[in-house]
Amino acid sequence: MAAESTTLLAAEGIGKRFGGVQALSEVGFTIRRGEIYGLIGPNGAGKTTLFNVLTGIYAPDGGSFTFDGRPLMGLKPNEVAARGIARTFQNIRLFGNLSALENVMVGRHVRTRTGVWGAISRHRRARDEEAGIQRRAVDLLEYVGVAPRAMDLAKNLPYGFQRRLEIARALATDPKLLALDEPAAGMNATETASLEALLHNIRRDGTTILLIEHDMKLVMGVCDRVLVLDYGRRIAEGPAAAVQKDPAVISAYLGGDVSLNLKGA
Amino acid sequence: MDIFLQQIVNGLTLGCVYAVVALGYTMVYGIIQLINFAHGEVVMIGAMTAYSVIVALTGAQVPLPPVAIVLVGALVAMPVCMGVGYALERTAYRPLRGAPRLAPLITAIGLSIILQHLAMIVWTRNPLSYPQIIRQVPIHLTGNPDGATITNVQIAIIVASVMMMGALLALVYRTKLGIAMRAVAQNPSIAGLMGIDINRVIALTFVIGAALGAVAGVMVGSYYGIAHYQMGALLGLKAFSAAVLGGIGNLAGAMLGGLLLGVIEALGAGYVGELTNLCRLSGWFDALAQRCASDPNVTLFGSNYQDVFAFIVLILVLVFRPSGLLGERVADRA
Amino acid sequence: MLQLVDVKGRPALAFAGLVIVAVALAVLPFVLTGIGTFWVRITNLAILYCLLALGLNIVVGFAGLLDLGYIAFYAVGAYVYAMLASPHFGLHLPFWIILPIGAAVACVFGVLLGAPTLKLRGDYLAIVTLGFGEIIRIFLNNLSQPINITSGPQGIARIDPFRIGTFDFSRTSSILGLTFTGPMKYYYLLLVVLLVVIAINLRLQDSRIGRAWEAIREDEVAARAMGINTRNMKLLAFAMGASFGGISGGMFSAIQGFISPESFILVESIMVLSMVVLGGMGNVWGVVIGAVLLSFAPELLREWVGPVQQAVFGRTLLDPEVIRMLLFGLALVLMMLFRPAGILPSALRKRELETRRTAG
Repeated sequence: MAAESTTLLAAEGIGKRFGGVQALSEVGFTIRRGEIYGLIGPNGAGKTTLFNVLTGIYAPDGGSFTFDGRPLMGLKPNEVAARGIARTFQNIRLFGNLSALENVMVGRHVRTRTGVWGAISRHRRARDEEAGIQRRAVDLLEYVGVAPRAMDLAKNLPYGFQRRLEIARALATDPKLLALDEPAAGMNATETASLEALLHNIRRDGTTILLIEHDMKLVMGVCDRVLVLDYGRRIAEGPAAAVQKDPAVISAYLGGDVSLNLKGA
Repeated sequence: MDIFLQQIVNGLTLGCVYAVVALGYTMVYGIIQLINFAHGEVVMIGAMTAYSVIVALTGAQVPLPPVAIVLVGALVAMPVCMGVGYALERTAYRPLRGAPRLAPLITAIGLSIILQHLAMIVWTRNPLSYPQIIRQVPIHLTGNPDGATITNVQIAIIVASVMMMGALLALVYRTKLGIAMRAVAQNPSIAGLMGIDINRVIALTFVIGAALGAVAGVMVGSYYGIAHYQMGALLGLKAFSAAVLGGIGNLAGAMLGGLLLGVIEALGAGYVGELTNLCRLSGWFDALAQRCASDPNVTLFGSNYQDVFAFIVLILVLVFRPSGLLGERVADRA
Repeated sequence: MLQLVDVKGRPALAFAGLVIVAVALAVLPFVLTGIGTFWVRITNLAILYCLLALGLNIVVGFAGLLDLGYIAFYAVGAYVYAMLASPHFGLHLPFWIILPIGAAVACVFGVLLGAPTLKLRGDYLAIVTLGFGEIIRIFLNNLSQPINITSGPQGIARIDPFRIGTFDFSRTSSILGLTFTGPMKYYYLLLVVLLVVIAINLRLQDSRIGRAWEAIREDEVAARAMGINTRNMKLLAFAMGASFGGISGGMFSAIQGFISPESFILVESIMVLSMVVLGGMGNVWGVVIGAVLLSFAPELLREWVGPVQQAVFGRTLLDPEVIRMLLFGLALVLMMLFRPAGILPSALRKRELETRRTAG
């Protein structure tokens, strides 16, 4: 463990094309252990595509990821999760007809082993494991503040609870990297503030975070460093405050640059 | 060679029927991504209704030429089926739009059963022999008097099918309704925002598919000379396979798939016995040689396996090329 | 069984309830025999349908894979039993050897069908399974030529009943002064099997495996992102469902003593599916209730529909069989439209969880 490098995830030259659209081209970045790394950019900049390539939903056309010292290529989404990357979705994807508790318990799947025989016979080890799963799930629900509604079906939870439940479910997989796709979308100021506190806690407790977010106040508040994408290209990277002042970033967001407008048309 | 030609003719005729039925599946699928499982029953109702009309007209000695009587049968069957198609959409599919995909499929199965048994109550559980008022006249395709033929009924089926497919293509690509249909297929909510009455367009899609199905029913009835309350299930399944083979949601694909499936089935049924005749191997096994001495056709699979081909084609297509021959949409959007 | 009753804080009541149910189930065949042995046979068939429905529930209810050809696995199990325990091939293996073989063969068929098709989207899978069911039936119908394997449409007869030593399940015998007919003995055997299968279903559902299935049913993409190997888990559901079907088929063979392809038509698949849907997909007790309702419905209809129609119209207008099918159809449609969760309210399942939580 002594030799563990400070880099958790390194991406190099990631490219992805959909038909005629180059969604990502030559994107590279590194995420350090223990930081909150922001990924921002205008709509359609390729942020979610990058997420999907990273988590194995799409295969990239080129480039490579190295995660936790080992290459992370050609893996299926479930294998990526097993390696230690857990994600949430931009448009919440909970298991609607399962209770909040069960949703989180599903997250423990990848870290537990009970098979069919264990499930049917409920031998000692299976019972212990199941109890452990439930304990851990209850803890996580308390951690994100959804415990009072643990027995409600996920689809019946209020929006803010659903967002946080999705984070708890992802945390249940014991991720080294937690990838959040616009967790504050649709939240009001109070909810966003409590989300910000939650993110700080998660980082404090040792999980690195990759955050896609449009809420700049949140990004500036929590992110150590930020990567800016536009039209699938990396246009800036660095500490949040510095990136905010970068002229390329400003023009990408405001679209003030004439050449950018032409590209858009 | 004559068997080959004959099977091609038979296959194309059958294929035309499959294609017309497949269009019904593919139109509905193209527009709302739903397998209208009950479409086969619509075809069955078409065949049955036309049967009743034809029997009534011939029974009443109406002084009409046989072709006109069949035509009247089809013309009555069409509105009946259109009504059934509309009722299906209204009662079973529209309320479930946006529900999980399996929900409308299960209601469709339920409706299939209901339609089948209602038909059984109306038309009895016995196979009805279609009045053969049009005499089937074989036309020789080669000089050989025992050789391949095509009948007038087969020609009529092929011509009618081609005309209907042409009319449908014209409707979809040349009219305002067609544009609306394609718009809804692309993106229902945007189409709605553009002022298209989505419900009306979807209902019309069902109705048009049902009208095609009605004619297909009449064609099948006249061709095989038989109609039965359970005929829709297998026919529907095969037509669906044809639609998948061509690429579901794609009109040209449904036509191509139908024709191909018809030919595959006919050739398969025509040749499977010969291909799996074990007597070729009789040199290897004494017991086999003895059997082949008394019966030269010890076949592993006979033409009674005809119905298997469609399913095998369906499974192979879905496994190796789920988008079908002409389809584009490959996977679920993530 | 306890979950059916609200046991919170009333263990005595729960125990009393359990005893009443147990006694009722134990004396049921004697009561039914009083009405007619026929009713015991019907009850046995109902239990077989429960077994089938519970097997299909794993596939459809838990994992959300719509299998429209489920009866094919029942057929495989039934034919394996018939071939290995009848004069057809002159083989007479004991049932406790054949049933596992039948389950294994059905399981292999399940995997063979599942492996290439499970990546398909739900509605396509439904159609492919339907096609598969038909293929199996066509083969059963035709594999009497050139070598007689299945005996074709006339089916296989004189299938051995279950025997343990000299104890023959099909014969009447007297135990402790009570007379047990063949159907009654099978009833008790089936009841035990049913209880075991119910227990397996409940335990599976409430386990790591069951949660993974339900996660796949709810959202496959999210399930994969949570590290669930969806392909393997779906295959597992398919294989388990098929094995249950195979075992039920073997028991069907032995109890009926005769099978033919007629018993394994598409309508049967749909009937079992109706039971699962009616009871509430994924709800084990609901599925049992659905299966019992739909298996007894036609018999009760047979009892009532004829006479009622005679009285009202003076003749039988509608065959009870037709009414039964219309009811199946209506049940499927109405359930989906108005109560997609099934007869048993989902609150029940929620309560289960709560009870367990207070208990543990």
